[in-house]
Amino acid sequence: MAETTQPGTGAKPTADPFNRQESLTADTFLRGLWQENPVFVMLLGMCPTLAVTNSAINALGMGLATTFVLLGSGALVSLLRHLIPKQVRIASYIVIIATFVTVVDYAIHAISLELYASLGAFIQLIVVNCIILGRAEAYASKQRLLPTLVNGLGMGLGFTLALLSLGSVREILGSGSLFGYPLFGEDFQPWLVMVLPPGGFFVLGAWLLLFAWLKQRRERRPLASAGATSHG
Amino acid sequence: MSRPIEIRTSPHLKRARTVPQIMLGVVWALLPICAFAVFQFGLSALLLLVTTTAVAMGTEYLFARLSGRGNTLNDWSVVITGLLLGLTLPPGFPLWMAAVAAFVGVALGKSLFGGLGFNVMNAALVGRAFAQAAFPVAITTWTPGFAPGRFQEPIPSTLTPPLMQPIPVKDWIGGLNIDGFTGATPLALQKFQHIEVSGLDLFTGMVAGSAGETSALLIMVCGLWLAYQRLLDWKIPVGVMLGAVLIALPFWLLDGGVYPTPWFVLCSGGLMLGAWFMASDMVGSPETPWGALVYGLFIGALTVVIRLFGGLTEGIMYAILLANAAAPLISAVTQPRVFGTRKERRS
Amino acid sequence: MSGTLPVQTSTPAPATPAPATPGLAMLMTLGLIAAISGLLVATAYEYTAPIIAEKERIATEAAVLRILPGAVAKRDFLIAAQGGLTPLAANGDGGGASDAAEGSIVYAGYDAQGQLQGLAFTGVGTGYAGPVKVLFAYDPERQLIVRSKVLKSNETPGFGDKLDKDPAFLKNLEALDTRLDATGQTLANPIVTVKNGTKTQPWQIDAITGATLSSRAMGKAANQAAQRAAPAIQRSLALLAQPPRERP
Repeated sequence: MAETTQPGTGAKPTADPFNRQESLTADTFLRGLWQENPVFVMLLGMCPTLAVTNSAINALGMGLATTFVLLGSGALVSLLRHLIPKQVRIASYIVIIATFVTVVDYAIHAISLELYASLGAFIQLIVVNCIILGRAEAYASKQRLLPTLVNGLGMGLGFTLALLSLGSVREILGSGSLFGYPLFGEDFQPWLVMVLPPGGFFVLGAWLLLFAWLKQRRERRPLASAGATSHG
Repeated sequence: MSRPIEIRTSPHLKRARTVPQIMLGVVWALLPICAFAVFQFGLSALLLLVTTTAVAMGTEYLFARLSGRGNTLNDWSVVITGLLLGLTLPPGFPLWMAAVAAFVGVALGKSLFGGLGFNVMNAALVGRAFAQAAFPVAITTWTPGFAPGRFQEPIPSTLTPPLMQPIPVKDWIGGLNIDGFTGATPLALQKFQHIEVSGLDLFTGMVAGSAGETSALLIMVCGLWLAYQRLLDWKIPVGVMLGAVLIALPFWLLDGGVYPTPWFVLCSGGLMLGAWFMASDMVGSPETPWGALVYGLFIGALTVVIRLFGGLTEGIMYAILLANAAAPLISAVTQPRVFGTRKERRS
Repeated sequence: MSGTLPVQTSTPAPATPAPATPGLAMLMTLGLIAAISGLLVATAYEYTAPIIAEKERIATEAAVLRILPGAVAKRDFLIAAQGGLTPLAANGDGGGASDAAEGSIVYAGYDAQGQLQGLAFTGVGTGYAGPVKVLFAYDPERQLIVRSKVLKSNETPGFGDKLDKDPAFLKNLEALDTRLDATGQTLANPIVTVKNGTKTQPWQIDAITGATLSSRAMGKAANQAAQRAAPAIQRSLALLAQPPRERP
């Protein structure tokens, strides 16, 4: 959304504010990581965020698969952006996205049977992840190849980062390990709820709370720094 | 014959009760139950109650500070949450898990909604539900009451190191030489083996169970005192008990060998504690007179349905949480007619 | 989102009225995209299919050899419709086992000398959260199920996964009676899961307290698998006794 609100420096003076070209800046990449993080800020892609983050490995696999699809579909959409007629653009995007999802599905299956089994249907469901369609519609279809790739990479890594932050917390509490390495030894008491679906909601809520609180604090600080208590 | 004129307020004018007064009344009513829990289960129950209350207060303080609401400890409500949570946990529940439950209960169940008065559900039960989901084995591990030496040393599992599995209590129970203790609560015995513990034992609390839910008699006396003081709406506990009996009675008449007697249903498990102290929580219950009754009936009926047909042995916790969620709806549909107006059909 | 709102344009007329795209152009674009997609998917499939098949074969073999201690080689047999076993081209064109329905396959494990070490087959039973797929090891001489390994399950962690860990429960599956009845068509006693602590017969499985549904799934899986495979195996013992051919 920010490209519609921020006056870009390299914008061509066109009548339609949605159709301006963006010049490549560091912000193109960083936006997806933090300012417009798909999970923590835009709250998109909730289905995989909640469903497959019960371990760090699953979260990483899902995040990278989504990043790959974002990059591939973004590149193709961007290259074909002048060819695709407006009336059939959504259909075209879906076909393109589905193509890359199928490719990544085969790839994960070939790389690791275990990861494939634990991600299950959620790999195929990347097709309907609104982050990807949203990027294709709002960004790739209007921008040149390079900014699209950089922006897609930022978004994908932002998504991966968010999934990882959920997945690690859930794995540490739910199984007492991180990336499969046990952290607490034999006697650890797993918090079962954390590896079950409700755990996804709890941890996501906790992260959102933390970020909202940090943001609020940053905004309040110039006004009154008295309320800043140290907080472990 | 001149007497100084005495100026008094009219006898019908009373000062409204403040929130701290109400809450303090509930705390007083809970203290005998806590005392009995400590008497029955010893040091472990004391540590458990202290832990849940302290963590609940700490969490409340922390979140109130962070959200800029100042100190909210002095309204006593969080003390009730802590005590209630402690009373609903098994006496040998590891302290670190109890601390987690208290933190989650107050943080998720109360503070995040904006503190007292804004919470949708009973905070103590939110904490317990989280503990039930996270540690299902520990929360169904029961230890016998009146163990010799219970005031000198706690049940071994109480002092489990943080994040670790509870220390097994099997050997400890074996060492007590108590005949016939199977680690099953009366509810579990009834449900799986169709053995009914005698009603008198249930009534007076001579059974295994959560720290503070064993004696139906004591809970009822304390609850009645609260009702007498008008600190709770009597229609809610009455509704709960009525609802439970209404559902349990037909089944018992149908097959008394499998289904429990209504008396057993009333006195076993957490039904009494839930009915008098948790369902009647003013924040989570409907404020209309009929609504209170409907709400109570709903809780009682649902509890028995979960007990008889669900996978769990006890259902009062989920019943109250569900009813809490439904309370605004119940209030909305049971609005009394304003005096002097006609019943209007809302479009 | 704001892009979809009916924004009041400040200019009196739209700057660029969208030119009507002829249907042919649309078709051509979609055709082009479909062609690119097809190419990509086909390439990816061509490249990954053999790797996937190989990995799955290794995984199955590892599972079978793990459940049949002493075995170093395996042969696959298909339970034929007539009730016997027919050998399956195990290392044919990479597809092998995955082509036939997996439930109808019996894996035979042999040691280095070519002696039959035991048999393995899979069974499926419905548990608390969907199907539970189990691999069973079968001793053809004693007609017993002697080991089990859960291949796939969605059971609640902490309860359902006891099926593979709880030592008391696993004892059930160390000598589970699967003798055939007089006709040789079905089991003399169907395998059933009974309530915890009430096991009296060798064909019963003692359920885990608190995981009754998962335990029942195990019983159903064992029963279904044994009902299907045990008669066929007993009829084809001669075939099974043949040592496996050398691997190419």
